[in-house]
Amino acid sequence: MKGDLLRHKMPAQPPEERINNFREVALGYTPELALAEAERCLNCKDPLCMKGCPVGVHIPRFIAHIRAGELDDAAKTVLSDNNLPAVCGRVCPQENQCEKYCIRREKLGGSVAIGALERYVADHAAAAGIKPVAVPAKGAKAAVVGTGPASLSCAADLAKAGVAVTMYEALHKAGGVLVYGIPEFRLPKDIVAREVENLRAMGVTVLTDMVVGKTVMLDELLAEYDCVFVGTGAGLPSFLHVKGENLSGVSSANEFLTRVNLMKAYEKSSATPVQRGKKVAVVGAGNVAMDAARTARRLGAEVTLVYRRSRAEMPARAEEVGHAEEEGIRFELLTNPVEILGENGAVTGMRCVRMQLGEPDASGRRRPVPVEGSEFDIACDEVIVALGTTPNPIIKRSFPALATTPKGTIVADENGKTSVERLYAGGDAMTGAATVILAMGAGKRSARAMIEELKACGKL
Amino acid sequence: MERFELVSKRKLADRVNEYVVYAPEVARHCKAGQFVILRVDEEGERVPFTVCDYSREEGTVCILVQEVGYTTALLARLEKGDRLADFVGPLGNPTDLSAYKRILLVGGGIGSAVIYPQAKQLAAEGRAADVVVGARNEGLLIYQDEFRRYAKDFYPVTDDGSNGRKGFVTDVVRELIESGERYDVVFAVGPLPMMRAVCKLTEEYSLPTVVSMNPIMVDGTGMCGCCRITVGGEVKYACIDGPEFDGHKVDFEEAMQRLRTYKAQEEEHMCRLRGERR
Repeated sequence: MKGDLLRHKMPAQPPEERINNFREVALGYTPELALAEAERCLNCKDPLCMKGCPVGVHIPRFIAHIRAGELDDAAKTVLSDNNLPAVCGRVCPQENQCEKYCIRREKLGGSVAIGALERYVADHAAAAGIKPVAVPAKGAKAAVVGTGPASLSCAADLAKAGVAVTMYEALHKAGGVLVYGIPEFRLPKDIVAREVENLRAMGVTVLTDMVVGKTVMLDELLAEYDCVFVGTGAGLPSFLHVKGENLSGVSSANEFLTRVNLMKAYEKSSATPVQRGKKVAVVGAGNVAMDAARTARRLGAEVTLVYRRSRAEMPARAEEVGHAEEEGIRFELLTNPVEILGENGAVTGMRCVRMQLGEPDASGRRRPVPVEGSEFDIACDEVIVALGTTPNPIIKRSFPALATTPKGTIVADENGKTSVERLYAGGDAMTGAATVILAMGAGKRSARAMIEELKACGKL
Repeated sequence: MERFELVSKRKLADRVNEYVVYAPEVARHCKAGQFVILRVDEEGERVPFTVCDYSREEGTVCILVQEVGYTTALLARLEKGDRLADFVGPLGNPTDLSAYKRILLVGGGIGSAVIYPQAKQLAAEGRAADVVVGARNEGLLIYQDEFRRYAKDFYPVTDDGSNGRKGFVTDVVRELIESGERYDVVFAVGPLPMMRAVCKLTEEYSLPTVVSMNPIMVDGTGMCGCCRITVGGEVKYACIDGPEFDGHKVDFEEAMQRLRTYKAQEEEHMCRLRGERR
């Protein structure tokens, strides 16, 4: 057997230290660790891991380059398929993607830590100044709406093909969920800024303060550009719909995280305020719930995370759940809020009911049902609701010709082609809330289809 | 001219300034009743302001700002030629009074800035509205000349009687209705207690009333849910569903409570701005 048997853990800031700062938790492999982990790759003839990668990174090849000490080549290999490897290496749920298919997974000491290696290579690329290569614009013009992972990935592939790309961002800063949603301690904002800079260096124009559907209309973009990609994400937060939800001190995870991440409210000097509860209850168990819980912890709170199903059904990445537990986040599983309690308009607690798992529901997971008479109160002065998001209705309302599902997601085929000619869509705006890497995969597929269409009509 | 440059700044009353901002993209689709979100500088917070006028030809948008907190105080320090970090919009939905013929516009304090473009537009459409505008005193009464020009009848009212009649806007609204004036709708904009008082009054007469809400916002595009208010028992987002709602259905108590959410932190910011320590 090649290499060490057991998968190498990535060094991390100790929990007792990191709950007092917003610096990155996972510290990345050292060169020695990266080499040792790369040695574990069996370089399969038929690499199953690649099946799990939505953007098709040639995984055994880049790992082989690491083994050979050819880090520049490893970086170029990754960059040829993945436009945001430093982001993916940090936030991809690899255990459900590439690493899920790794032949070593259970019997041979655990899957190769592909994500950790990707991050190592991406950080080397940044340090060595290896960037995606710019191609002179060939005359075709595309607009990309939104600057989150789907849009960034789409824009990069278009630019690599010589399309002149203009991106439209509604907020004052580009990066979408990578800047407003995912916290600094999981994805440093410098890394996102660097990816956006790389795009600019490739000739992509990034416009901020432009709300498509308000500041500029989709039909105007279709008139001005040869094709348009919509990657506006799933921005609208869902709430619990229980009594007391509009008390001061109850916020969506989107609001809480936007204040802290985008508006830097974790710095005391920030002009933007954020609630700083002493006892915070977070509702939900996805990645966003973990982000909110761990952020509240760093702002000094005791945090309880409430989830109506059991641990096995938690949608968050395993690593995030583990990190949250290490940081002292208390989990109240099989528990559902029924009311938020308050006095004088402020939160004083959350009334919950215990749940048990019944028959499987539409999602295939066992449906949680309330246990009668099991109500109890959790004392808290802040509640953060992280129950997922739905697509933002602004685009749809301003452009009714675009077909959407009853849930509000944009209807499109597997290449992102919508009901409107020359208009593509992908990411959460099309699928509903999902992951960064799936959004990137969608952006990439749309870019490919857009390039084909531009070539077919002689614009490229 | 640079994007988001201040074209002019004019003092309209004590601590009330009118700013005209060069923002051609915003001006192009702007309509009365919509709002913008601005940041004064790169470290600034995002704060919403209702548009009170615009010029597509000049590429400008006009807002009226009362100095009440940290960001508005920073704004007050800017002068013509200075540049805002961000100025995004037009957000929210435009005012739609197209279904009504006889219209009464009621403005309280800075809220008069929101009814002013309506008065102007309705006059242009040949269905000039009656306008009631209230303020604490003469010095705070804004856009008097403009209202006189565009209103069918204009009724200024001040708390202390220093201009127009003495009293509250509700006194005038009640008198107008009682004197037999027939209105199809009232459009009332001002501080929450004022809008609540007007709605309470018009409810007695089953007179439809539209109000414009101005809650705390972050993104202003439906992403954060911070601006949620309860309307007829349903939760609405002022940024994408509003900012205008059926005033008889709005839960004003809740809206007032939510507006106080960051009061303590705002005061701390103000102390810092004034160089005081706490």
